[in-house]
Amino acid sequence: MAETVYYEDIEEGSEVPALVKYPTTMQLVKYAGASGDYYQIHYDKDFAIANGLPGVIVHGWLALSFLGQMITDWLGGEGTLVKLDGSYRGMNLVHEEIFCYGRVKRKYIEDDRHYARVEIWAENPQGEKTVTGSVVVILPSRG
Amino acid sequence: MNDEPVISQELESLLNVEFGPEVYEIEKGMVMRFAEAIDDPNPAWLEVTPPTFPAALVPTELLHRLFNAECPLKRVLNGASELEYFKPIRVGNVIAVTARLDRLRKMEGKEGTTLFMIMAATYTNQDGELVARGKNTYIRY
Repeated sequence: MAETVYYEDIEEGSEVPALVKYPTTMQLVKYAGASGDYYQIHYDKDFAIANGLPGVIVHGWLALSFLGQMITDWLGGEGTLVKLDGSYRGMNLVHEEIFCYGRVKRKYIEDDRHYARVEIWAENPQGEKTVTGSVVVILPSRG
Repeated sequence: MNDEPVISQELESLLNVEFGPEVYEIEKGMVMRFAEAIDDPNPAWLEVTPPTFPAALVPTELLHRLFNAECPLKRVLNGASELEYFKPIRVGNVIAVTARLDRLRKMEGKEGTTLFMIMAATYTNQDGELVARGKNTYIRY
């Protein structure tokens, strides 16, 4: 587990440690089972291609889960996630790397709580942004 | 070409109707399987649930109706997801999910006609406390 991130440790522009994932068909099947999303574009290549897709694509929610992991790894045990959102702008194909990134947009204090708003995004190996979104977190303070 | 309306009466009739509650017991094995499926080894997920876990607490009735309602646009993609957290969802909790279709928006794009279906969900624990709120945009094209 990473060290605790304090409010005083971050600035606008601070980067969240990146995370790289490599989803396999088996993982997509596991995700289908765990989430109940059995839409065939996520494990049946023939079905995906017949639906005009280039191949089996990763569930948007799974890519967003990777971004969520990046954030909770960064927060450690002390910080709290308040909001998470992601728009699925492009496709992540199975058996391709997903690169997860985050960068602090703003930090602010409200009702004695120390907040940070962090933009998050995922890229495919071509460097295209496939998910873009943001999180709001509460960080501990040294003060 | 097809003259069938993109927003059928059947779809429109789902707007602003509350579905649920559907009740989920948050069992340890269920959370472990979810954490394994998202490949997140954080030991915290033995007791609390990872951020995207509400995705597994599906308002099945609304989604079933939404995806099976008459519509000439047969393909569906997930467009966007949003979650706001008020309390952690813990192993042992009993979570009730209610959901409603908030908006239907038809758009003309370079891919042809697309329909955005925006759903809102509310997650409440066994003590009646609001634990999370979610919003999801599905795209038919």
